[in-house]
Amino acid sequence: MQPLTNRSKQVVKKEMTFAEKLYLPAIFGGMIITFKNMFRKSATVQYPEVKRDMSPNFRGQHVLKRDENGAERCTACGLCAVACPAEAITMNAAERKKGEEGLYREEKYAANYEINMLRCIFCGLCEDACPKEAIFLTDRIVPTEFDRDDFVYGKDKLVEKVNERIDVTKRQTPEVLEFKKNKSLSHNKI
Amino acid sequence: MEAGLLFKIILVVAMFAVSLLVAMYSTFLERKVSAWMQNRKGPNRAGPLGLLQPLADGVKMFMKEEIIPNVSNKALFIIGPCVAMTTALMAGALIPWGGDIELWGRTFTLQVADLNIGVLYIFGITSLGVYGIMIGGWASNNKYSLMGAIRASAQMISYEIAMGLAIIALIMSTGTMSLKEIADQQDAGLANFVYQPLGFLIFLICAFAELNRAPFDMPESESELIGGYHTEYSSMKLGLFLFAEYINMFISSAVIVTFYFGGYHFPFQNEINEALGLSTTMATALGTGIMFLKVFFFIFFFMWIRWTLPRFRYDQLMRLGWKSLIPLAILNILVTGVVMWMNGKIN
Ligand code: SF4
Ligand code: SF4
Repeated sequence: MQPLTNRSKQVVKKEMTFAEKLYLPAIFGGMIITFKNMFRKSATVQYPEVKRDMSPNFRGQHVLKRDENGAERCTACGLCAVACPAEAITMNAAERKKGEEGLYREEKYAANYEINMLRCIFCGLCEDACPKEAIFLTDRIVPTEFDRDDFVYGKDKLVEKVNERIDVTKRQTPEVLEFKKNKSLSHNKI
Repeated sequence: MEAGLLFKIILVVAMFAVSLLVAMYSTFLERKVSAWMQNRKGPNRAGPLGLLQPLADGVKMFMKEEIIPNVSNKALFIIGPCVAMTTALMAGALIPWGGDIELWGRTFTLQVADLNIGVLYIFGITSLGVYGIMIGGWASNNKYSLMGAIRASAQMISYEIAMGLAIIALIMSTGTMSLKEIADQQDAGLANFVYQPLGFLIFLICAFAELNRAPFDMPESESELIGGYHTEYSSMKLGLFLFAEYINMFISSAVIVTFYFGGYHFPFQNEINEALGLSTTMATALGTGIMFLKVFFFIFFFMWIRWTLPRFRYDQLMRLGWKSLIPLAILNILVTGVVMWMNGKIN
Protein backbone atom coordinates (compact mmCIF):
# COMPACT_ATOMS: atom_id res chain seq x y z
CA MET A 1 0.00 0.00 0.00
CA GLN A 2 1.18 3.47 -0.82
CA PRO A 3 1.84 5.41 2.37
CA LEU A 4 0.10 8.77 2.60
CA THR A 5 3.18 10.54 3.78
CA ASN A 6 6.71 9.31 3.82
CA ARG A 7 7.04 9.88 7.51
CA SER A 8 5.94 6.49 8.78
CA LYS A 9 8.55 4.61 10.77
CA GLN A 10 8.95 0.94 11.40
CA VAL A 11 8.51 0.22 15.07
CA VAL A 12 11.19 -1.97 16.58
CA LYS A 13 10.90 -3.39 20.03
CA LYS A 14 14.41 -4.43 20.81
CA GLU A 15 16.10 -4.85 24.15
CA MET A 16 17.39 -1.57 25.45
CA THR A 17 21.12 -1.20 25.63
CA PHE A 18 22.77 -0.45 28.94
CA ALA A 19 23.18 3.22 28.06
CA GLU A 20 19.51 3.45 27.22
CA LYS A 21 18.55 1.67 30.42
CA LEU A 22 20.44 4.25 32.42
CA TYR A 23 17.97 6.88 31.14
CA LEU A 24 20.40 9.60 32.10
CA PRO A 25 21.68 10.34 28.56
CA ALA A 26 18.11 10.54 27.32
CA ILE A 27 17.12 12.80 30.20
CA PHE A 28 20.10 14.99 29.52
CA GLY A 29 19.18 15.21 25.84
CA GLY A 30 15.65 16.19 26.77
CA MET A 31 16.94 18.87 29.10
CA ILE A 32 19.06 20.35 26.34
CA ILE A 33 16.01 20.51 24.09
CA THR A 34 13.90 22.30 26.69
CA PHE A 35 16.77 24.64 27.49
CA LYS A 36 17.18 25.56 23.84
CA ASN A 37 13.49 26.28 23.60
CA MET A 38 13.78 28.83 26.37
CA PHE A 39 15.53 31.16 23.96
CA ARG A 40 13.18 30.71 21.05
CA LYS A 41 10.76 33.44 20.17
CA SER A 42 7.45 32.89 21.88
CA ALA A 43 4.46 32.22 19.72
CA THR A 44 2.17 34.31 21.92
CA VAL A 45 0.03 37.05 20.43
CA GLN A 46 -0.62 39.61 23.17
CA TYR A 47 -4.32 39.65 22.48
CA PRO A 48 -6.02 42.88 23.44
CA GLU A 49 -3.06 44.95 22.28
CA VAL A 50 -2.16 42.91 19.22
CA LYS A 51 -4.87 41.34 17.14
CA ARG A 52 -4.31 38.75 14.52
CA ASP A 53 -5.83 39.33 11.11
CA MET A 54 -9.07 37.54 10.65
CA SER A 55 -9.93 35.47 7.65
CA PRO A 56 -11.84 37.58 5.09
CA ASN A 57 -14.91 35.41 5.46
CA PHE A 58 -14.85 35.37 9.27
CA ARG A 59 -18.36 35.12 10.67
CA GLY A 60 -18.82 37.06 13.89
CA GLN A 61 -21.46 39.26 15.52
CA HIS A 62 -24.37 40.18 13.27
CA VAL A 63 -25.33 43.63 12.07
CA LEU A 64 -28.73 44.79 10.81
CA LYS A 65 -27.99 47.16 7.96
CA ARG A 66 -29.58 50.49 7.11
CA ASP A 67 -29.91 51.68 3.56
CA GLU A 68 -28.29 54.78 2.07
CA ASN A 69 -30.94 57.05 3.66
CA GLY A 70 -30.54 55.53 7.06
CA ALA A 71 -33.75 53.48 7.01
CA GLU A 72 -33.68 49.96 8.39
CA ARG A 73 -33.64 47.40 5.61
CA CYS A 74 -35.22 44.52 7.50
CA THR A 75 -38.84 43.86 6.66
CA ALA A 76 -39.49 41.24 9.29
CA CYS A 77 -40.19 38.55 6.77
CA GLY A 78 -38.87 35.93 9.14
CA LEU A 79 -36.86 34.09 6.54
CA CYS A 80 -33.71 34.37 8.59
CA ALA A 81 -35.50 32.86 11.58
CA VAL A 82 -36.75 30.01 9.42
CA ALA A 83 -33.33 29.44 7.95
CA CYS A 84 -31.57 29.52 11.27
CA PRO A 85 -30.60 25.96 12.26
CA ALA A 86 -30.06 26.99 15.85
CA GLU A 87 -33.35 28.83 16.21
CA ALA A 88 -31.52 31.82 17.56
CA ILE A 89 -33.59 34.55 15.93
CA THR A 90 -36.97 35.84 17.08
CA MET A 91 -38.83 38.93 15.93
CA ASN A 92 -42.13 40.78 16.08
CA ALA A 93 -43.38 42.56 12.99
CA ALA A 94 -45.16 45.88 12.94
CA GLU A 95 -46.71 48.02 10.23
CA ARG A 96 -45.00 51.19 9.22
CA LYS A 97 -47.02 54.32 10.08
CA LYS A 98 -47.19 57.43 8.00
CA GLY A 99 -44.17 59.61 8.44
CA GLU A 100 -41.89 56.72 9.36
CA GLU A 101 -40.60 56.26 5.84
CA GLY A 102 -37.24 57.63 6.85
CA LEU A 103 -36.96 55.04 9.61
CA TYR A 104 -38.05 51.88 7.86
CA ARG A 105 -37.49 51.05 4.25
CA GLU A 106 -40.37 48.62 3.80
CA GLU A 107 -44.01 48.85 4.82
CA LYS A 108 -43.55 46.20 7.43
CA TYR A 109 -40.69 46.30 9.83
CA ALA A 110 -39.33 44.44 12.84
CA ALA A 111 -40.53 46.03 16.04
CA ASN A 112 -38.38 43.62 18.04
CA TYR A 113 -35.54 41.62 16.63
CA GLU A 114 -33.48 39.43 18.89
CA ILE A 115 -30.60 37.08 18.30
CA ASN A 116 -29.49 34.83 21.11
CA MET A 117 -25.74 34.78 20.74
CA LEU A 118 -25.45 31.69 22.94
CA ARG A 119 -27.64 29.71 20.55
CA CYS A 120 -26.15 31.11 17.38
CA ILE A 121 -23.57 28.92 15.70
CA PHE A 122 -22.43 31.68 13.34
CA CYS A 123 -23.22 29.62 10.28
CA GLY A 124 -24.28 32.62 8.22
CA LEU A 125 -27.47 31.02 6.88
CA CYS A 126 -29.53 34.00 8.04
CA GLU A 127 -27.39 36.16 5.84
CA ASP A 128 -27.95 33.86 2.86
CA ALA A 129 -31.68 33.76 3.44
CA CYS A 130 -32.28 37.48 3.75
CA PRO A 131 -33.90 38.87 0.58
CA LYS A 132 -33.41 42.45 1.69
CA GLU A 133 -29.66 42.48 2.28
CA ALA A 134 -30.54 43.39 5.82
CA ILE A 135 -28.50 41.04 7.99
CA PHE A 136 -24.80 40.37 7.76
CA LEU A 137 -22.22 38.71 9.89
CA THR A 138 -19.21 40.87 10.64
CA ASP A 139 -15.70 40.33 11.91
CA ARG A 140 -16.61 41.65 15.35
CA ILE A 141 -16.31 39.17 18.19
CA VAL A 142 -19.20 38.69 20.59
CA PRO A 143 -17.82 39.75 23.96
CA THR A 144 -18.22 37.76 27.15
CA GLU A 145 -20.92 38.56 29.66
CA PHE A 146 -21.70 37.54 33.23
CA ASP A 147 -25.41 36.84 32.66
CA ARG A 148 -27.03 34.66 30.07
CA ASP A 149 -29.70 37.26 29.41
CA ASP A 150 -27.08 39.70 28.27
CA PHE A 151 -26.30 37.47 25.34
CA VAL A 152 -29.71 38.06 23.82
CA TYR A 153 -28.95 40.96 21.53
CA GLY A 154 -31.86 43.25 20.70
CA LYS A 155 -32.15 45.87 18.02
CA ASP A 156 -30.17 48.32 20.11
CA LYS A 157 -27.09 46.20 19.65
CA LEU A 158 -27.79 44.74 16.24
CA VAL A 159 -28.91 47.68 14.11
CA GLU A 160 -26.00 49.76 12.96
CA LYS A 161 -25.88 53.40 14.00
CA VAL A 162 -26.69 55.91 11.28
CA ASN A 163 -23.42 57.70 11.71
CA GLU A 164 -21.33 54.59 12.40
CA ARG A 165 -21.87 52.30 9.48
CA ILE A 166 -20.45 48.79 9.75
CA ASP A 167 -18.43 47.70 6.78
CA VAL A 168 -19.75 44.45 5.28
CA THR A 169 -18.04 44.61 1.90
CA LYS A 170 -16.01 41.58 2.84
CA ARG A 171 -19.18 39.50 2.90
CA GLN A 172 -21.30 41.45 0.41
CA THR A 173 -19.06 40.74 -2.57
CA PRO A 174 -20.23 41.30 -6.16
CA GLU A 175 -20.67 37.57 -6.54
CA VAL A 176 -22.99 37.51 -3.57
CA LEU A 177 -25.02 40.42 -4.95
CA GLU A 178 -25.26 38.68 -8.29
CA PHE A 179 -26.39 35.49 -6.59
CA LYS A 180 -29.04 37.35 -4.67
CA LYS A 181 -30.49 38.77 -7.87
CA ASN A 182 -31.17 35.29 -9.22
CA LYS A 183 -34.92 35.14 -8.77
CA SER A 184 -35.13 31.57 -9.97
CA LEU A 185 -33.85 30.56 -6.55
CA SER A 186 -36.97 30.36 -4.43
CA HIS A 187 -35.65 32.17 -1.41
CA ASN A 188 -34.70 35.22 -3.45
CA LYS A 189 -38.24 35.61 -4.75
CA ILE A 190 -39.92 37.92 -2.27
CA MET B 1 23.38 36.17 75.97
CA GLU B 2 20.76 38.88 75.43
CA ALA B 3 22.28 40.03 72.16
CA GLY B 4 22.74 36.43 71.05
CA LEU B 5 19.07 35.66 71.73
CA LEU B 6 17.92 38.82 69.98
CA PHE B 7 20.04 37.99 66.97
CA LYS B 8 18.64 34.46 66.83
CA ILE B 9 15.09 35.80 66.96
CA ILE B 10 15.84 38.25 64.16
CA LEU B 11 17.43 35.44 62.19
CA VAL B 12 14.43 33.14 62.69
CA VAL B 13 12.02 35.83 61.54
CA ALA B 14 14.26 36.63 58.60
CA MET B 15 14.45 32.93 57.75
CA PHE B 16 10.66 32.66 57.64
CA ALA B 17 10.35 35.85 55.63
CA VAL B 18 12.98 34.80 53.13
CA SER B 19 11.58 31.28 52.78
CA LEU B 20 8.09 32.61 52.14
CA LEU B 21 9.34 35.25 49.73
CA VAL B 22 11.45 32.79 47.79
CA ALA B 23 8.60 30.30 47.70
CA MET B 24 6.25 33.03 46.49
CA TYR B 25 8.49 33.96 43.66
CA SER B 26 9.26 30.32 42.92
CA THR B 27 5.61 29.91 41.99
CA PHE B 28 6.04 32.85 39.67
CA LEU B 29 9.30 31.52 38.31
CA GLU B 30 7.74 28.11 37.76
CA ARG B 31 5.07 29.62 35.58
CA LYS B 32 7.61 31.72 33.74
CA VAL B 33 10.05 28.85 33.19
CA SER B 34 7.31 26.56 31.96
CA ALA B 35 6.15 29.31 29.62
CA TRP B 36 9.61 29.92 28.24
CA MET B 37 10.21 26.24 27.69
CA GLN B 38 6.95 25.99 25.79
CA ASN B 39 7.57 29.13 23.74
CA ARG B 40 4.98 31.12 25.65
CA LYS B 41 5.31 34.34 27.60
CA GLY B 42 3.90 33.38 30.98
CA PRO B 43 2.17 35.72 33.41
CA ASN B 44 2.96 39.30 32.43
CA ARG B 45 -0.15 41.29 33.30
CA ALA B 46 -0.01 41.87 37.06
CA GLY B 47 2.45 44.66 37.65
CA PRO B 48 5.62 45.31 35.65
CA LEU B 49 6.72 42.08 33.92
CA GLY B 50 4.00 40.32 35.89
CA LEU B 51 6.02 40.63 39.09
CA LEU B 52 2.92 41.13 41.23
CA GLN B 53 1.45 37.84 40.04
CA PRO B 54 2.24 35.93 43.29
CA LEU B 55 0.35 38.59 45.26
CA ALA B 56 -2.58 38.29 42.88
CA ASP B 57 -2.49 34.52 43.30
CA GLY B 58 -2.42 34.89 47.06
CA VAL B 59 -5.36 37.27 47.08
CA LYS B 60 -7.25 34.93 44.79
CA MET B 61 -6.55 31.98 47.08
CA PHE B 62 -7.86 33.89 50.11
CA MET B 63 -10.99 35.09 48.33
CA LYS B 64 -12.02 31.64 47.13
CA GLU B 65 -14.87 29.82 48.75
CA GLU B 66 -13.77 27.57 51.55
CA ILE B 67 -15.28 24.12 51.25
CA ILE B 68 -14.98 21.43 53.88
CA PRO B 69 -16.71 18.25 52.71
CA ASN B 70 -19.48 17.03 55.00
CA VAL B 71 -18.15 13.50 55.09
CA SER B 72 -14.61 14.48 55.91
CA ASN B 73 -12.95 14.33 59.28
CA LYS B 74 -13.00 18.05 59.95
CA ALA B 75 -10.22 18.30 62.51
CA LEU B 76 -7.79 16.24 60.47
CA PHE B 77 -8.89 18.02 57.32
CA ILE B 78 -7.71 21.28 58.82
CA ILE B 79 -4.60 19.83 60.45
CA GLY B 80 -3.32 18.36 57.16
CA PRO B 81 -2.22 21.55 55.42
CA CYS B 82 -0.97 23.01 58.71
CA VAL B 83 1.35 20.06 59.21
CA ALA B 84 2.57 20.31 55.64
CA MET B 85 3.33 24.00 56.06
CA THR B 86 4.91 23.73 59.52
CA THR B 87 7.27 20.94 58.61
CA ALA B 88 8.22 22.74 55.45
CA LEU B 89 9.25 25.79 57.44
CA MET B 90 10.99 23.89 60.23
CA ALA B 91 13.83 22.42 58.22
CA GLY B 92 15.24 25.82 57.34
CA ALA B 93 16.51 26.33 60.89
CA LEU B 94 19.54 24.15 60.36
CA ILE B 95 20.79 25.50 57.07
CA PRO B 96 23.98 27.53 57.45
CA TRP B 97 23.24 30.56 55.31
CA GLY B 98 26.63 32.17 55.71
CA GLY B 99 29.74 32.57 57.79
CA ASP B 100 30.26 35.00 60.66
CA ILE B 101 29.07 38.56 60.78
CA GLU B 102 30.16 41.21 63.26
CA LEU B 103 27.36 43.15 64.89
CA TRP B 104 27.35 45.30 68.04
CA GLY B 105 30.99 44.34 68.49
CA ARG B 106 30.17 40.67 68.65
CA THR B 107 30.42 37.82 66.23
CA PHE B 108 27.34 35.94 65.13
CA THR B 109 26.83 33.04 62.78
CA LEU B 110 24.21 33.09 60.08
CA GLN B 111 22.61 29.88 61.21
CA VAL B 112 19.70 29.50 63.56
CA ALA B 113 20.92 26.33 65.24
CA ASP B 114 24.00 24.25 64.67
CA LEU B 115 22.95 20.83 65.91
CA ASN B 116 25.65 18.22 65.93
CA ILE B 117 23.08 15.81 64.51
CA GLY B 118 21.82 18.32 61.96
CA VAL B 119 21.65 15.79 59.15
CA LEU B 120 19.38 13.56 61.20
CA TYR B 121 17.15 16.49 62.12
CA ILE B 122 16.73 17.51 58.48
CA PHE B 123 16.04 13.94 57.58
CA GLY B 124 13.43 13.57 60.30
CA ILE B 125 11.66 16.81 59.47
CA THR B 126 11.43 16.02 55.76
CA SER B 127 9.89 12.65 56.55
CA LEU B 128 7.36 14.37 58.80
CA GLY B 129 6.28 16.33 55.75
CA VAL B 130 4.50 13.28 54.38
CA TYR B 131 2.12 13.35 57.36
CA GLY B 132 0.56 16.52 56.04
CA ILE B 133 -0.19 14.78 52.78
CA MET B 134 -1.33 11.55 54.43
CA ILE B 135 -3.60 13.26 56.94
CA GLY B 136 -5.01 15.57 54.30
CA GLY B 137 -5.62 12.75 51.84
CA TRP B 138 -7.19 10.48 54.41
CA ALA B 139 -9.38 13.11 56.04
CA SER B 140 -10.84 14.15 52.68
CA ASN B 141 -12.76 10.86 52.53
CA ASN B 142 -12.30 10.72 48.80
CA LYS B 143 -10.93 7.82 46.81
CA TYR B 144 -8.62 9.96 44.74
CA SER B 145 -7.24 11.71 47.77
CA LEU B 146 -6.71 8.42 49.53
CA MET B 147 -4.90 7.02 46.50
CA GLY B 148 -2.70 10.09 46.43
CA ALA B 149 -1.95 9.79 50.12
CA ILE B 150 -1.10 6.10 49.82
CA ARG B 151 1.17 6.78 46.90
CA ALA B 152 2.83 9.64 48.73
CA SER B 153 3.61 7.53 51.77
CA ALA B 154 4.83 4.55 49.73
CA GLN B 155 7.00 6.83 47.65
CA MET B 156 8.43 8.60 50.68
CA ILE B 157 9.32 5.37 52.44
CA SER B 158 10.96 3.91 49.33
CA TYR B 159 13.03 6.90 48.48
CA GLU B 160 13.95 7.83 52.02
CA ILE B 161 15.95 4.61 52.26
CA ALA B 162 18.02 5.41 49.20
CA MET B 163 18.39 8.98 50.34
CA GLY B 164 19.54 7.92 53.79
CA LEU B 165 22.06 5.51 52.31
CA ALA B 166 23.38 8.25 50.05
CA ILE B 167 23.80 10.49 53.07
CA ILE B 168 25.60 7.74 54.99
CA ALA B 169 28.34 7.77 52.37
CA LEU B 170 28.53 11.53 52.69
CA ILE B 171 28.78 11.32 56.47
CA MET B 172 31.51 8.70 56.11
CA SER B 173 33.61 10.94 53.94
CA THR B 174 33.01 14.13 55.89
CA GLY B 175 33.04 12.54 59.31
CA THR B 176 30.40 14.85 60.75
CA MET B 177 26.65 15.28 60.99
CA SER B 178 26.68 19.03 61.54
CA LEU B 179 25.61 20.96 58.49
CA LYS B 180 27.92 23.81 59.31
CA GLU B 181 30.94 21.55 59.49
CA ILE B 182 29.98 19.84 56.26
CA ALA B 183 29.79 23.23 54.59
CA ASP B 184 33.02 24.47 56.15
CA GLN B 185 34.95 21.38 55.11
CA GLN B 186 34.39 22.41 51.51
CA ASP B 187 35.80 25.91 51.93
CA ALA B 188 39.24 25.55 50.48
CA GLY B 189 39.24 22.21 48.73
CA LEU B 190 36.82 20.68 46.32
CA ALA B 191 33.11 20.52 46.95
CA ASN B 192 31.62 17.23 48.07
CA PHE B 193 30.03 16.34 44.76
CA VAL B 194 33.51 15.70 43.39
CA TYR B 195 34.07 13.07 46.05
CA GLN B 196 30.53 11.77 45.98
CA PRO B 197 29.25 12.01 42.40
CA LEU B 198 27.09 8.92 42.66
CA GLY B 199 25.86 9.90 46.08
CA PHE B 200 24.94 13.33 44.78
CA LEU B 201 23.01 11.84 41.87
CA ILE B 202 21.09 9.48 44.15
CA PHE B 203 20.39 12.27 46.61
CA LEU B 204 19.16 14.53 43.83
CA ILE B 205 16.81 11.92 42.40
CA CYS B 206 15.48 11.11 45.85
CA ALA B 207 15.00 14.81 46.51
CA PHE B 208 12.68 14.93 43.51
CA ALA B 209 10.72 12.02 44.92
CA GLU B 210 10.58 13.46 48.43
CA LEU B 211 9.36 16.76 47.06
CA ASN B 212 6.65 15.08 44.99
CA ARG B 213 7.95 16.97 42.02
CA ALA B 214 7.61 15.78 38.47
CA PRO B 215 8.65 13.25 37.23
CA PHE B 216 7.72 11.74 40.61
CA ASP B 217 4.56 13.77 41.27
CA MET B 218 2.59 10.57 41.70
CA PRO B 219 0.66 11.76 44.78
CA GLU B 220 -0.91 14.66 42.93
CA SER B 221 -0.87 13.50 39.30
CA GLU B 222 -3.45 15.88 37.91
CA SER B 223 -4.25 13.66 34.98
CA GLU B 224 -4.96 10.42 36.83
CA LEU B 225 -5.92 11.45 40.35
CA ILE B 226 -7.27 14.93 39.60
CA GLY B 227 -4.96 16.48 42.16
CA GLY B 228 -4.52 13.49 44.44
CA TYR B 229 -4.35 14.38 48.10
CA HIS B 230 -5.56 17.94 47.58
CA THR B 231 -8.56 17.10 45.40
CA GLU B 232 -11.02 18.16 48.10
CA TYR B 233 -9.12 21.19 49.24
CA SER B 234 -10.02 24.70 48.27
CA SER B 235 -9.13 28.25 49.12
CA MET B 236 -6.07 28.89 51.28
CA LYS B 237 -5.86 25.30 52.55
CA LEU B 238 -5.05 24.28 49.00
CA GLY B 239 -2.76 27.29 48.88
CA LEU B 240 -0.88 26.04 51.95
CA PHE B 241 -0.35 22.64 50.37
CA LEU B 242 0.94 24.11 47.14
CA PHE B 243 3.00 26.68 48.98
CA ALA B 244 4.56 24.06 51.23
CA GLU B 245 5.82 22.30 48.13
CA TYR B 246 7.66 25.41 47.03
CA ILE B 247 9.12 26.04 50.46
CA ASN B 248 10.27 22.44 50.50
CA MET B 249 11.85 22.98 47.13
CA PHE B 250 13.74 26.00 48.43
CA ILE B 251 14.90 24.20 51.56
CA SER B 252 15.98 21.06 49.77
CA SER B 253 17.87 23.13 47.21
CA ALA B 254 19.65 24.72 50.16
CA VAL B 255 20.34 21.29 51.65
CA ILE B 256 21.75 20.01 48.37
CA VAL B 257 23.94 23.07 48.07
CA THR B 258 25.16 22.67 51.64
CA PHE B 259 25.79 18.96 51.32
CA TYR B 260 27.36 18.78 47.91
CA PHE B 261 28.15 22.23 46.55
CA GLY B 262 30.02 23.93 49.36
CA GLY B 263 27.14 25.95 50.81
CA TYR B 264 28.19 29.57 51.17
CA HIS B 265 31.78 28.80 50.15
CA PHE B 266 32.94 29.29 46.61
CA PRO B 267 36.18 28.51 44.75
CA PHE B 268 39.13 30.83 45.49
CA GLN B 269 37.07 32.63 48.12
CA ASN B 270 40.02 33.50 50.34
CA GLU B 271 41.95 34.97 47.42
CA ILE B 272 38.93 36.93 46.18
CA ASN B 273 38.07 38.27 49.63
CA GLU B 274 41.65 39.36 50.13
CA ALA B 275 41.87 40.97 46.72
CA LEU B 276 38.68 42.93 47.37
CA GLY B 277 39.77 43.70 50.92
CA LEU B 278 36.40 42.67 52.38
CA SER B 279 35.69 42.71 56.09
CA THR B 280 34.36 39.54 57.70
CA THR B 281 30.79 40.77 57.49
CA MET B 282 31.09 41.74 53.85
CA ALA B 283 32.77 38.45 52.98
CA THR B 284 29.87 36.66 54.66
CA ALA B 285 27.39 38.73 52.69
CA LEU B 286 29.17 37.78 49.49
CA GLY B 287 29.18 34.12 50.51
CA THR B 288 25.47 34.23 51.32
CA GLY B 289 24.80 35.84 47.97
CA ILE B 290 26.73 33.10 46.22
CA MET B 291 24.83 30.50 48.22
CA PHE B 292 21.53 31.99 47.11
CA LEU B 293 22.72 31.90 43.51
CA LYS B 294 23.46 28.21 43.86
CA VAL B 295 20.10 27.62 45.54
CA PHE B 296 18.29 29.46 42.76
CA PHE B 297 20.11 27.36 40.23
CA PHE B 298 18.76 24.23 41.89
CA ILE B 299 15.27 25.68 42.12
CA PHE B 300 15.53 26.34 38.42
CA PHE B 301 16.86 22.83 37.94
CA PHE B 302 13.83 21.34 39.68
CA MET B 303 11.59 23.29 37.33
CA TRP B 304 13.70 22.45 34.32
CA ILE B 305 13.29 18.73 35.03
CA ARG B 306 9.59 19.14 35.71
CA TRP B 307 8.95 20.69 32.32
CA THR B 308 11.17 18.19 30.52
CA LEU B 309 10.18 14.78 31.76
CA PRO B 310 6.80 13.07 31.78
CA ARG B 311 5.54 11.44 34.94
CA PHE B 312 6.77 7.96 35.85
CA ARG B 313 4.33 5.13 36.15
CA TYR B 314 3.81 3.91 39.70
CA ASP B 315 5.52 0.56 39.16
CA GLN B 316 8.39 2.25 37.36
CA LEU B 317 8.79 4.56 40.31
CA MET B 318 8.93 1.66 42.74
CA ARG B 319 11.31 -0.31 40.53
CA LEU B 320 13.64 2.66 40.23
CA GLY B 321 13.60 3.21 43.96
CA TRP B 322 14.05 -0.35 45.19
CA LYS B 323 15.92 -2.01 42.38
CA SER B 324 18.24 0.74 41.17
CA LEU B 325 18.75 3.47 43.70
CA ILE B 326 19.06 1.39 46.86
CA PRO B 327 21.63 -1.07 45.41
CA LEU B 328 23.50 1.86 43.90
CA ALA B 329 23.51 3.66 47.22
CA ILE B 330 24.85 0.56 48.98
CA LEU B 331 27.51 0.24 46.29
CA ASN B 332 28.35 3.89 46.87
CA ILE B 333 28.87 3.22 50.57
CA LEU B 334 31.14 0.27 49.76
CA VAL B 335 33.20 2.24 47.28
CA THR B 336 33.48 5.16 49.69
CA GLY B 337 34.64 2.79 52.40
CA VAL B 338 37.24 1.11 50.17
CA VAL B 339 38.62 4.44 48.96
CA MET B 340 38.84 5.77 52.49
CA TRP B 341 40.58 2.59 53.62
CA MET B 342 43.09 2.86 50.79
CA ASN B 343 43.78 6.47 51.75
CA GLY B 344 44.38 5.36 55.28
CA LYS B 345 41.47 7.33 56.70
CA ILE B 346 40.08 4.22 58.33
CA ASN B 347 41.97 1.18 59.42
S1 SF4 C 1 -25.56 32.76 11.91
FE1 SF4 C 1 -26.68 30.83 11.68
S2 SF4 C 1 -27.13 30.26 13.80
FE2 SF4 C 1 -26.55 32.42 13.86
S3 SF4 C 1 -28.46 33.51 13.72
FE3 SF4 C 1 -27.70 33.30 11.63
S4 SF4 C 1 -28.65 31.44 10.86
FE4 SF4 C 1 -28.89 31.42 13.07
S1 SF4 D 1 -34.53 37.65 6.43
FE1 SF4 D 1 -33.73 39.76 6.35
S2 SF4 D 1 -35.50 41.00 6.02
FE2 SF4 D 1 -36.27 39.01 6.61
S3 SF4 D 1 -36.53 39.20 8.85
FE3 SF4 D 1 -34.50 38.39 8.52
S4 SF4 D 1 -33.18 40.18 8.47
FE4 SF4 D 1 -35.25 40.91 8.21
